[in-house]
Amino acid sequence: MWSVNENSSLHEDVGAARREVLRRIMRRQAALSLRVAAVFIALLVVLPLANLYAPKAMDTRIGGFTLTWVLLGIFFYPVTWLLSSYFVRKSEEVEAQIAADPELRVSRAEEGA
Amino acid sequence: MIPLLLVIAVIVATVWLGVSATKKSKTASDFFVAGRSVGVLMNASAISGEYLSAASFMGIAGLVMKSGYDALWYPVGYAAGYLFLLLFIAGPLRRFGAYTIPDFAQGRFDSPEFRKIAVAFVLFIGFFYTMPQMKGAGVVMGSMLGWPYWIGIAVVGTVITFNVVLGGMKGITLVQAFQYWMKVFAISVPLFVGLAMLGHGTPSSAAEKGGGTLPRIKAETVVNVKGSTSFPSNVVSTPAESFVMSFPDGAHLAKVTTVRAPKPGEDPIDVSQLIAVAKPAPPGGYEKGSDVFDTPKAKDYRIESGAKVTCSPVAVTKAGQPVLLDGKPVKTSAKIEFEEPTKLVLLSPRDAFSHTQTDAAVPAPAETDPAAPNAPSDGKWLAPFGPLTSKWGYPVLYTYSLIIALVCGTAGLPHILVRFYTNPDGRAAKRTTLWVMVMLGAFYVFTPIWGTVGRALMPVLYANNATDSAVIKVPGMLENQTLGQILIGITSAGAFAAFMSTFSGLLVSMSGAFAHDIYGKVIKPSATPDEKVRAFKIAAIFVGVISMLLGLLVETFDIATMVGWAFAIGAASYFPLLLLGAWWRGLTKTGAATGMLLGGLLSLSAIVANMMLDKKILTWDLPPLVRSLMEQPAIWGVPLSIITMVVVSKLTASTIPADVDTKMLRLHAPEELGLSKDYVV
Repeated sequence: MWSVNENSSLHEDVGAARREVLRRIMRRQAALSLRVAAVFIALLVVLPLANLYAPKAMDTRIGGFTLTWVLLGIFFYPVTWLLSSYFVRKSEEVEAQIAADPELRVSRAEEGA
Repeated sequence: MIPLLLVIAVIVATVWLGVSATKKSKTASDFFVAGRSVGVLMNASAISGEYLSAASFMGIAGLVMKSGYDALWYPVGYAAGYLFLLLFIAGPLRRFGAYTIPDFAQGRFDSPEFRKIAVAFVLFIGFFYTMPQMKGAGVVMGSMLGWPYWIGIAVVGTVITFNVVLGGMKGITLVQAFQYWMKVFAISVPLFVGLAMLGHGTPSSAAEKGGGTLPRIKAETVVNVKGSTSFPSNVVSTPAESFVMSFPDGAHLAKVTTVRAPKPGEDPIDVSQLIAVAKPAPPGGYEKGSDVFDTPKAKDYRIESGAKVTCSPVAVTKAGQPVLLDGKPVKTSAKIEFEEPTKLVLLSPRDAFSHTQTDAAVPAPAETDPAAPNAPSDGKWLAPFGPLTSKWGYPVLYTYSLIIALVCGTAGLPHILVRFYTNPDGRAAKRTTLWVMVMLGAFYVFTPIWGTVGRALMPVLYANNATDSAVIKVPGMLENQTLGQILIGITSAGAFAAFMSTFSGLLVSMSGAFAHDIYGKVIKPSATPDEKVRAFKIAAIFVGVISMLLGLLVETFDIATMVGWAFAIGAASYFPLLLLGAWWRGLTKTGAATGMLLGGLLSLSAIVANMMLDKKILTWDLPPLVRSLMEQPAIWGVPLSIITMVVVSKLTASTIPADVDTKMLRLHAPEELGLSKDYVV
């Protein structure tokens, strides 16, 4: 296993390069995750607020039930499926890009060393 | 008879599948995580099957029936929580290649001590989660065979424990997948059949009436209320209209208060305004005159056999002036707590009497059937911020706290995360999560309909404080008795599959934690695989027995609420650990441990103290805001845990392990880069 040797400037350089690679990989993944999470969190925050500040609108009847029942009880699920399938598709693209990026190859060389 | 046969069929099929798969399970790795070789759809079915517990199958319907809209957050949170798991945790954790959260904790921080802390939380969360499963078992067996609560728990708990001891998890992967499909069938088909037969019982019929309408029970219905040892199931909250009942065997009222808690400054309401008690009618009926009436007392009051009671709503006043809300006078009615188990017969409101105006011309109430006690009116039931979240007067706070617990807590459930290691790689782990969300949504969409139908067809469950049994009782309302029994059989079998699968999964996780993390890593690191398997079996029996004992204590709590508490503890302990552990290289061992202990233990203590306050074991007088935050602690527990982790990690930054970048790369680099490596060999 790779380990840091404080006295070796070569290892320090390699360590810094490694950290840079890590930073880039994580940044690409996090950007995607946070984007999807933001939409999801917004939905979770907005629905109770809508119930609180627009009770009349949320009380609109749809087949005997109120709009807010239908939104939460039925439509919330497909929305999370869409978010989730978008994420799975995009994250596979992101990982393929990372794997194909020559600048990120340094890490593999390290592991073999 | 039919329900019993169907349930036995499910148990036999489950045990048979488990045992026959065990013959193929040879190595210790097979025993713990199924040899890590399960396909995406199979694994998604198994995760969903394991996840859909008694809370999902019975609890949500019960809570929706009891509380209405607010309870919808439970199924949504149970299902949507997987999105957080997918976005931040599933992929990295699978690449890291550890069996369990304790493995992750030790692997990420090279700290065997941390493993012990992580194991402790497997047990805290696990036991919290097994309690509602046990309640489910007790309720179903009680409803089906009339067994006392504890026998149901003992029998079901023993069967499942032995199945786990004999089968391990290889058996369970197949069994769990099978059980998912069974549960979807059992929750959906009886609903379609029942609604097709009934026609008038469509979900919306309860809701269309709107406003202050109350669900009604047929007059002369007999209701059995529990005694004060089962508080709060000994409570009858009378509706805001005339409400008449008789006590064929007499009654001992522990306490009579008002449904609406009095606010400071309001005039006290005397018990004689709330209830009027008529002594048993002499032959030939009541005679006019005050001698047939008894004077009620607010505490420790005994009612003779055969006596009748009328409860009437009373206007709330402040210094003699009526208290108004939205321009209407506020009224309240009697809330009666019974000392002993009591049989009461609900009578028509037209039988109402009053000792002050026995012969006055009181207009007869429009309804001949009594309104269900303990039931919210249609308006309150349908609207957000209803009885569930308004319990302590802070509905918005309560709602958000519940959402945080459910959404973050899914990632913190020990028996679910371990399943992700049965995926061959991070990509499969993500695809599996997507399918899990689809499968769960397809199931959960049916659960509130059950609650709605229960409200429309079987409001007597409110009076009995038995809404948790809606799914297994409501099909009995069909006119065709045989069909009703078959449908009850199907839902009972589904409920059985639900607590069997979740309890099995928890048992495997908790016993695995003992065998793998405590015995195999701490007590005897040199243990051979055979010794670990033996330790696993002994631990399973031990954990099974404790779970059954805990299950006996929780009969009066709502199943879905209890599972929500397990989520809240997971959300404040494991979720921050996994989130920051996977995404922040600066997280130190000390920081992670402090945050997890502080957030997790404080949440746990708050919930346990709140349960004890509910049961009146503790009698602290706490402000409602504090009670609300104790009952739903995630809104402070999760941030507390995360902030503590960040602050303490910053203070101990010098202890970041030297190889942290290697570890982070292992978590994040795609498999093609060849950096993933199974942590446990």
